[in-house]
Amino acid sequence: MQVRLLLFAYYRDVAGAAELDLDVPAGCSALEAVARLRARGASLTQIPERPVVAVNQVYASLDQVLEEGDEIALLPPVAGG
Amino acid sequence: MRSRYYRRWQVAEMHAWITTDPIGAETVLPLVASEQHGAALVFLGIVRDHNEGRAVNGVHYEAYHDMAERTLREIAAEAVARVQPARIAVVHRIGELAVGDVSLAIAVSTPHRAEAFDACRYAIEELKQRLTVWKQERYAAGDARWLAGEVPPLQEQVT
Repeated sequence: MQVRLLLFAYYRDVAGAAELDLDVPAGCSALEAVARLRARGASLTQIPERPVVAVNQVYASLDQVLEEGDEIALLPPVAGG
Repeated sequence: MRSRYYRRWQVAEMHAWITTDPIGAETVLPLVASEQHGAALVFLGIVRDHNEGRAVNGVHYEAYHDMAERTLREIAAEAVARVQPARIAVVHRIGELAVGDVSLAIAVSTPHRAEAFDACRYAIEELKQRLTVWKQERYAAGDARWLAGEVPPLQEQVT
């Protein structure tokens, strides 16, 4: 199934992309999706193994099981205000 | 329930949004005016000329826009619920900001002052922890750096 990864700030800079579509197996967790992204190698290995994530704009555990079309945002520690 | 939430923030008690436009106290204070409220506060976050010993030329704020607006509305609603009755308006500016620019403006009004301070403090502390906004400082030396920020607490899933 297809999911979309969104990368922000430092993560986007090291990945070289703000959005990436990823093909993952059914039942894949957010943690596994991050692992698959990092496995693409090069600068992507600079993204942490266990980043904070949001799934469909809600903070989520990395254990969360993904569904077709989910939007997974990888969020560096926030610095607003 | 979606309809209850929509009515709550529609009824002039709460405004929360992200903008690229310049902002200031005047952006938020008029939105919280109420003849029943005897106390009103404004908090401004302002870009400083230094951080951690380095001279700062400006900052770049970036947001996960839709989630940030949703989170800002949630925080504003929580701040009101905490002390109600209250009115709150909170706006975060993103994009390229210069030293002295306002990055964040929060206005709160309540019948009495204790609740205004409480709600305003709650709003700023929560958004510092949860708001999906990131800041990159531009230094006088010409380099730039994304600031290490706060790790948000995992939110309870609402089903």
